[in-house]
Amino acid sequence: MRITCPYCGERDRREFYYRGAATDLDRPAPDAGEEAWENFVFLRENPAGVTRDLWYHEGGCGAWVVVTRNTVTHEVLETRLASEARS
Amino acid sequence: MRIKGKGLIDRSRSIPFMFDGVRYSGFEGDTLASALLANGVRLMGRSFKYHRPRGVLTAGSEEPNALVTVGSGASQEPNVRATVQEIYAGLEACSQNRWPSLNFDLLAANDLAAPFLGAGFYYKTFMWPKSFWEKVYEPIIRRAAGLGALSGQDNVDKYERAWAFCDLLVIGAGPAGLMAALVAGRAGADVILADEGSRMGGRLLAETYEIDGKPGHVWVDEVQAELEAMDNVRLMTRTSVAGVYDQGTYAALERVHHHDGRHPHGAPLETFWRIVAKRSVLAAGALERPVAFRDNDRPGIMTAGAVRAYLNRWGVSAGKNVTVFGNTDDIHRTARDLLAAGVHVAAVIDSRHDAPLSDDYPVLRGAQVCGSSGRKGLEAITVRRPSGEERIQTDCLAMTGGWNPSVHLTCHMNGRPTWRRDIAAFVPTPGAVPGMVPAGACNGSFSTAACLREGIAAAGEALADLGVKLPEVAVPEAEDTPYEIAQLWAVPGKGRAWLDFQNDVTVKDVKQAAVENFRSVEHMKRYTTQGMATDQGKNSNVAALAVLADATGRGISETGTTTFRPPYAPVSIAAIAAGAEGRGFRPQRFTTSHKASVARGAPMIEAGLWYRPSYFPKPGETTWRQSCDREVRMVREAVGVCDVSTLGKIDIQGPDAGAFLDFVYTNMFSTLKVGRVRYGLMLREDGYVMDDGTTARLGQHHYLMTTTTAAAGDVMKHLEFVHQGLRPELDVCFASVTEQWAQFAVAGPKSRDLLNGLLEKPLSDEEWPFMACGPVKVLGVEGRLFRISFSGEHAYEIAVPARYGASLFDILAERAEALGGGPYGMEALNVLRIEKGHITHAEIHGRTTAFDIGMGRMVSQKKDCIGKTMSERPGLEEEGREQLVGLKPVGESKQLLAGAHLYNEGAEPTRVNDQGYVTSVCYSPTLGHMIGLGFLADGPERHGETVKMVDGLRGVTTLCKVVDPVFFDPEGGRVRG
Repeated sequence: MRITCPYCGERDRREFYYRGAATDLDRPAPDAGEEAWENFVFLRENPAGVTRDLWYHEGGCGAWVVVTRNTVTHEVLETRLASEARS
Repeated sequence: MRIKGKGLIDRSRSIPFMFDGVRYSGFEGDTLASALLANGVRLMGRSFKYHRPRGVLTAGSEEPNALVTVGSGASQEPNVRATVQEIYAGLEACSQNRWPSLNFDLLAANDLAAPFLGAGFYYKTFMWPKSFWEKVYEPIIRRAAGLGALSGQDNVDKYERAWAFCDLLVIGAGPAGLMAALVAGRAGADVILADEGSRMGGRLLAETYEIDGKPGHVWVDEVQAELEAMDNVRLMTRTSVAGVYDQGTYAALERVHHHDGRHPHGAPLETFWRIVAKRSVLAAGALERPVAFRDNDRPGIMTAGAVRAYLNRWGVSAGKNVTVFGNTDDIHRTARDLLAAGVHVAAVIDSRHDAPLSDDYPVLRGAQVCGSSGRKGLEAITVRRPSGEERIQTDCLAMTGGWNPSVHLTCHMNGRPTWRRDIAAFVPTPGAVPGMVPAGACNGSFSTAACLREGIAAAGEALADLGVKLPEVAVPEAEDTPYEIAQLWAVPGKGRAWLDFQNDVTVKDVKQAAVENFRSVEHMKRYTTQGMATDQGKNSNVAALAVLADATGRGISETGTTTFRPPYAPVSIAAIAAGAEGRGFRPQRFTTSHKASVARGAPMIEAGLWYRPSYFPKPGETTWRQSCDREVRMVREAVGVCDVSTLGKIDIQGPDAGAFLDFVYTNMFSTLKVGRVRYGLMLREDGYVMDDGTTARLGQHHYLMTTTTAAAGDVMKHLEFVHQGLRPELDVCFASVTEQWAQFAVAGPKSRDLLNGLLEKPLSDEEWPFMACGPVKVLGVEGRLFRISFSGEHAYEIAVPARYGASLFDILAERAEALGGGPYGMEALNVLRIEKGHITHAEIHGRTTAFDIGMGRMVSQKKDCIGKTMSERPGLEEEGREQLVGLKPVGESKQLLAGAHLYNEGAEPTRVNDQGYVTSVCYSPTLGHMIGLGFLADGPERHGETVKMVDGLRGVTTLCKVVDPVFFDPEGGRVRG
C-alpha cells in the first residue's frame, strides 16, 4: 500500500503508523453531553467502502495525515494534513 | 540422452556435480533436471504420501515431483526444484522423502495400503482413542509423509531486502514481455523486465520457432542486447515476481547466488525485492497441464512442452523411444521436433477424431492412453481405441492436456479469472489488477505472433496512461498457428489416475469428495489436499475442478476456482525477513554509561530497547539482594549516581507551549515559573492515566518534558496528534531530544557535596530549592540541572550533551565513591521509589484513573484537558473502586508478591470476594521488611485494616496491614533538606 504524504510525497505504508478513524479529529466540547462523548471515544463505523482514517508519518516527517480510502477496492482517494482537514 | 548439435548449452564447459552420492557431469547452462536426464537418470523423487517413484514432470518452476535437497549442514536447503536449480561445479543434491534410499524405499509400503489412505482417511480413521492422535498417529503420519527436512541449525546464508521503482514493470521475458519492454524502453520509460528463468526468452528457448526468419533464441539475444544498452531499462533474470499488492507494489524474489554456490564478498543468496511500478505488463506465459489416466505418474511420463524444452534448450532427449499423447496440435510439433533430432517416435495418440495424420510417424486418432507399466520407470503404455486396447513399448510419454494461462498474479487483489470455453482455459478478467495489462500466453493468446502483437499493445496501453508517446514498432514475423483443443481431463477407467502429483491426489479422491458433499471447490481442495503443496496446484487445479464439475453435474465456470494467493512461487522466509533477524529484529539502545556499567560488572537488563544496569556488585556480594540493599542504604545515607537518560525527553517550544501543556496535562503548566519543574499527569481521552513525568520550564516559550522510558515514543506521537489534529492553531513545536542529552540522578544527603566542585558555583537552597531547574556549567560544559527526586532524598538530575555522558558518569561515580556512595542500578531505584510510594507503569497500567492513584485533585477544574470529560464519568470516581494503598506483612508469612490478589481477612479467596491486587513489591532495607503497593477497594479509607494477600499460582498467603503508600519520610522533609 502506498500513501501520499502531503509533505514527502508517495511512500510505502511501512513508514506510517495507523491510528484509526479520522473522527478522532472531531473532539466535542467538554459540555457536549454523554452521547457525543461516547460517540467520540468509543463508537466507530466499519464501512465497506469509503473511509477516512489517520496515519502518522512516523518514519518520515512526523505529519498526521487524513487518508480517504476505499476498504473494498483499496484505492487511496485523497490524503490531507490533519492540521488542515478539520472543516 | 544428449542429442548432438542441439541445445543452448556450452558443451565446451563440462561441470561435475553429485546426486545422491553419485558423481555426474553436465554442461554450463544445464539445470539439475536436464543434466540428470542427460545422464539417463529418470527416478528423482518419491511422492508425498505413497512414496511412489517419480521423475521430472515439467521443465519449469511449477515442477511437483523432482524436489531435492541441496547442500548439507547449516546451509542445507530442502525442496529445491531440480528444474530450477542450475548445476555448478561442486553442487551436491540429494533426493527426499525416502528411506533408506531413493531406489529402495521401505515406505513405499504405503502404496500397498492405498485403498485405506484415500481422501479424508485421517479424518475418518484415527478417531479413537482420542489421545492417540497427538501422541501416536500424527507423529507416524508426519514421519511417513512429507518433503525435505530443515537442518535445524541457524541459517548461515545472507539475504537482502531491496526496493526498486519504475514506470513499467514487465513480468516475464518471453516474446510478449520482451516486446513490451522493447517498446517501453525505446519510448524512454523506466522499465524493469523480470524473468524467473536464468536467461531471457521464455518458451522461445524451448521451441524451434523462428522470428523474422531467425531462430527464436537469436532474436531473443538481439532484443536483449538492445535492452541492455538502454540506461532506462533494468533486466532481472532469476527473479520471480511472486505477489501483487496495492498501489502498484510487487514482491519479487531474486535468486542471486543459487546458481553458482559462491557468495563472493558477502553477496546475498537471495534478494527480496519490493518493486513499485506505475504500470505493469503481465507476460507470465502459460503452464501445460497433464492428463489424468491410470498410473500416469511413472518416471518417463512428462508434459510434451517439457520434452520439447529438454530437447531444444538442453539438447536432451527424455527417451529413446518416445510416445506422444494429447488433445492439441502441440503433440504433432513434439513428434516433429523429436524426429528432426533423430529420436524414434513410436506413436502419437491424439484424442481428437479429426486429428491430422502424418507420413513420418503413426497417428492413433480418437485414442487415449489408459494405463502404463514399468518398475521405477516407464516401459510401456496401454492405448484404448474404439477397436480395443493396445500395448505400446516406450520409455517416454510426452503428454498434454492443453495450456493454462498463468493468471495467478491477476488474482492477487481479489480478482477471479474468466473461463474461455474455446481454449478450455481460464484467462485474466480485464481490470482485475489496476494498472496491470496481461499480454500473450497468460492472456490466452498462444501463437508467437499473437504474443508479439499483444506485447506491443500492452506496452502501448501502459505508456498512454503515463502520457508517453508510443514509438513506431514493427511487429516481427512469426508463426500464428490457431490453437485447437478438445477438452480432455481424465481418461475413464479403473485404478489411480493422478491429478495432483505433489500431494498424491487422484481423480477418485476428487469424486469421493463430491460424493461426501464437499462440492464447493474450496471444500474439495481442503478435503483432498489437492493444490496444497509447494506447487500450489499449478499442475492440477484446473483439471481437478473440471473433474469436480463433472462429478457434480456443473459447468467449469460455474464451479469456479479456488483463491489464488501470493506467493506465485515459493519465497524463503529468510529473504522476506532479511535484516530483521537477530539484532535487526530487536535493535539495542545503549546509554553513554553502558561501557562503564558493564566494566563495573553490572548485569544489564532490558528496558524496552534500552539496556540498564540492574545493580553494581561489590567484592564479597553473592546475591543481587546484597548489592541492592547496599545501594539503597548508600542513597539514603550518602549519595548514589544513576543514569536516567532513557527517560523520554521532549523539547517543546513556542509562544503557545504553556497553553498546549495545559491541554495535554491534567494540571497547569502555563503558570509554572521559568526555572521551575512540575510533576505532570497525562490522561488518555477515555479518562484513564496514560503517562506521568516532570516538565521543566527552561524559558518563557521553552519547556522540557520527560516521559517514562516505556512511553517515550507514544507520548511523542500523542503530542503531535493533539497539536496537529486538535489544536493546530497553537504556535508550538516538539523535538525528541532523548538521545541528545545524557542525564544522571545524583541522590542522597551528600548529593550537593558531590556536585559542588563540578559546577561554577556552590549550590544553595535559596538559589536551588526543591523543583528548581536551570542552565549550569559542568566542568566548563553547558549543561542543565534539575532539583528533582524519585528516591525521596535531596537529589538532582544533571544533564550534559550526550557526547560528554560517558566522561561525566565516570566523574560522578568516582566522586560518589569518595563520599561513601557510588552508582546504583534499577533494583535499588525501584526499592527507593516503592519506599516513597512513587508510581510506575506497574501502577498506571492502563486501567487506573487519577482518582485510583490518589491524584484525583490533580485534574484541574479551571480548564479542559485531554481525558478530563471522560474521567468524570460516574463509574470512574465512585465508591468501591480499587485505589492505591501501601501494604506491609503482619502475620507469620513475611512474603509479598506482585500479581497476588487481596481479600478480606476472613473471606474465601474466590473471584467474587476479590478486593484488589498487588502491583509492586520489594524488600525495604530502610524499614527492614517487605513492602508493597497495590490497589484495594476503597483503599484510602481502610488504612490500618488487615487484609489477606493470596497468590494462587505460587501458593502464598500473607496477612497485610493496609498503610499509606508513602512508607518513608511521608512529610517529604528529606527532599527539601
